[in-house]
Amino acid sequence: MIKIGKQRLLIGLLVLAMILTACGGAGGGEAKTIRVYASWPLQGGMLPIGDGMRNSAKLALKHYLEDHGGTGPAGFSVEVIFNDDASPVTGSWDGTVEAEIAQKCVNDPLCLVYFGTYNSGAAKVSSPITNTAGMAHITPANTYPGLTWPCPTCAEDEPGIYRPSGVQTYFRTNGNDFYQGYAAASWSVCEGVEKVYILDDRQLYGKGVADAMETHAKEIGLEVVGHEGVESTDIDFRSLMGKIEVSGATLVYGGFVIDSGGVQVVQQMANLGLFDKGIKFMGPDGLVDAALIDQVGGVDVIGDGNVLLTFPGLAPEQVRDLSDKGKRFYDGYVQEYGNAPDAWDSYAYQSTLVILDSIERAAAKGEVTRGAILQAMKETDFEGVTGRIQFDENGDPRQSSMGGFEVRDGKIVPLAPISGDMHTSCP
Amino acid sequence: MTPVEFFLQQSYVGLTIGAYYALIALGYTMVYGIIELINFAHGDLFAFGFLISLTLFGVFGLQAPLEPIQAIIFLPLIFLITILSAGLLNLFIDRVAYRPLRNAPRLAPLITAVGVSFMLENIFAIWYTPGQINYPAFLPSVNVLQDWFGLATTLRIRSIDLLPIAVPVPLMIGLTIFVARTKIGKAMRAAAQDRDAARMVGIDVERVIMLTFFIGGALAGAAGMVVGLFLNTGRYLMGFEAGLFAFTAAVLGGIGNIRGALVGGFVIGMIRVYSDTYLAPEWTRSVIFAVLILVLVFFPSGLVGSTTTVEKA
Repeated sequence: MIKIGKQRLLIGLLVLAMILTACGGAGGGEAKTIRVYASWPLQGGMLPIGDGMRNSAKLALKHYLEDHGGTGPAGFSVEVIFNDDASPVTGSWDGTVEAEIAQKCVNDPLCLVYFGTYNSGAAKVSSPITNTAGMAHITPANTYPGLTWPCPTCAEDEPGIYRPSGVQTYFRTNGNDFYQGYAAASWSVCEGVEKVYILDDRQLYGKGVADAMETHAKEIGLEVVGHEGVESTDIDFRSLMGKIEVSGATLVYGGFVIDSGGVQVVQQMANLGLFDKGIKFMGPDGLVDAALIDQVGGVDVIGDGNVLLTFPGLAPEQVRDLSDKGKRFYDGYVQEYGNAPDAWDSYAYQSTLVILDSIERAAAKGEVTRGAILQAMKETDFEGVTGRIQFDENGDPRQSSMGGFEVRDGKIVPLAPISGDMHTSCP
Repeated sequence: MTPVEFFLQQSYVGLTIGAYYALIALGYTMVYGIIELINFAHGDLFAFGFLISLTLFGVFGLQAPLEPIQAIIFLPLIFLITILSAGLLNLFIDRVAYRPLRNAPRLAPLITAVGVSFMLENIFAIWYTPGQINYPAFLPSVNVLQDWFGLATTLRIRSIDLLPIAVPVPLMIGLTIFVARTKIGKAMRAAAQDRDAARMVGIDVERVIMLTFFIGGALAGAAGMVVGLFLNTGRYLMGFEAGLFAFTAAVLGGIGNIRGALVGGFVIGMIRVYSDTYLAPEWTRSVIFAVLILVLVFFPSGLVGSTTTVEKA
C-alpha cells in the first residue's frame, strides 16, 4: 500500500512540476525583460540625493509606460535595479563596491545598460569595466571632464584609460566642470562686464574652472585684468582687494569650493565695500551651498544680487519652465513624492528617457543587445526635459545648458539658463 | 586713485598687518629668550583670543552694531577677560606641557609644542566649526578721512582700520617700558641672559617664566580680538597661519630680542602687502621666506640684535 502510495505521490509531483514549468515557461516567454543596473549612494548623508535620483528614474519609467499604453520599449519590460555603491563603513561611495556592481551587471546577460554614478570617482572605477563589455554607460550626475574628453588640466591618459576597448561607451546628459567656466565667461558678457579679475584656489577643481573661464573670456573679448591664485587658508585679503579695486574690474570670478577660500573672498569683498562699489562675484557649483551665505555672515553681509553662481546643469525650476515635458516632470515629481525635485533629479529623469529611447530604436532595427543599444544611444536625438539631447563623439551632450543663480534674500535663487555661447545673443 | 595714493593705501594695510604680527611675535621672542623654546602653540593663542572674545559677545547678548554705551561698557570688559584668559591658557600650557620638560633635551618641549598646537587647533574646530567663522561687525565702519576730517580723497581708512594700530601700539610700548624700567622686568632680562646666575642672585626663575608666558599669551589674545573686530572673519587654523608669519618676524628681527620682534613684525607685514600688490598673492610666502633666508645669511642674529637676550629691549 505504501509503495503504491509513494509511487503515486512521485508521479503526482512530477506532473505538478511539469505543469509549473510549462506555466513558468509560458509566462516567461510572453514579456522579455531588459535590466538596467543603476548605481549611486543610497545611504548616509547622500541618501536625500540618491533617493531623489531614484525617484526621478522611476517617474521617467512611469511616464514612458503612460505614453506607450502600458508597454515598455518594443514590448520589453525594463527593470531598473537600484544598487547602492556606498560602503556601510564610510557612508560614501566606495570603489570596491562600485566595481562589484559593474561586474554583476556585466555578468548578468539581461543587463544591457549601466546607469551611474553620482560621484565622478566611482565612474572612474566602473566605466572601464562596462567599456570592456561594450555596454552603454550613462551617468545622471558626473561632472569630471576627464571622463569624456582630454581636458587641459586632466591627467594625460584621460579619457583613454576609461576606454580600454578603444570605443566610446560612456555618456552624460549634464554639463561638465569645464564648460561651466566657459558659460560663466559668456554670462559675464551678457551682464555687462568688460573687465574681470580671476582668482582661484590653486587646486584641481578651482583652478580648472578658473582657467576654463579665462580661456573662453579671451576668446570672446572679455578683458582679464588679472588671474591669481590665493592661499586658501588666508583670512586677510585686504591687499588683494585693494588691487582689484584699482584694476577697473567689475567682476571677480573665483574658482573655489566652500572650504578653499571662496567664503573669505566673498566676505572680504562685502566687508571692504567692493559690493557697494558695484563689483560682483561669480563662482562655480562648488560654492552652490547655503553654507556660503552662513559663513560669510548672513543675508545682511552678502546682500542681494552681488554673488552670482553657475551650476553645470539646469535647476529643477528652470527645467519646469523650459517646456511642457519639464513641467510634467516637475509636477509629476511633486505629486508622486510630495516635495520638489533636487538639482540632479532632472538629469536622472532625462538619462532614463535616453535609455528607454535607445532601447526602442535598437529594437526597431531588430536587435536588442548591448552593442545595438550602445549604437542607438550614440545616435540619440530627441527633445527631453532638459532640452534637446544629442551626444558628441566623446559622450558629452552637444547642447549643454547650464544654470545661472544669484544670491538673493539669503537664498540661492535660480535665474535663466546660461551657456557658453550666449554672449552672441544676450537675452 | 593715483598710483601714489594706491601705494599709501596698501602701505597702511601693511602697517596694520605688521602691528598684529608684531604683537604675536613678542610672545615667541620672549619665551625663546628665557627658556630657548620655540612655542609652536603660541599662534593658537591668537586664534583663542579671537574665539573667546566672539563667545563673550554672545554671552553678553550683544548684537552688531553696538550702541555707544554698550561699546564703552563692554568692549574694555571683554578685552580684559580675553587677554586674561589667553594669558592663563598659556600659563596652563606651560605648567602642563613644558615645565616637566624644563631640563630635558631641547627637542622634547619643541615636539610637545607642536602637539599642543594641533590639539588646540582641533579643539577650536570642534568648539566652533572647521569652516569660516563670522565675527559680526560690532564696531562701526566709517570712512575716517572722508567723514571725520572731510578730506576729498580716494584713500580708504575706515574707523575700524585704526584699531590694529590704536590697540597694539600702546601695548607694545607698555611692554617695552615694563621690561626696561620695572624690577620684575629686570628680573626677566636677567633670567634671559643667564638662568643659573639669575637663580644665584635670588631671582625666582620659575615665576619669571610664568610671567613671560602669561604676558605673551595675553598679547596674542589681544591681537586675536583686534583682528576679529576689524577683519570680521577667521577660521580655526588662523593661529597656525599668523604664527608662521609672526615667528618668521621674530627670527627676522632677532629671536629673543623684543625690539627685534617689533621691527620684524612690521617688516614682514609690509613685505607681505607689497608682494601681494606688486607681484601676486601666490608668490608672497616664497618672497617672505626668501627675505628671511637672505637676512639671516648676512645678519645671522637678525636685523636688530643678538640672539641671546631680552636685555637689549
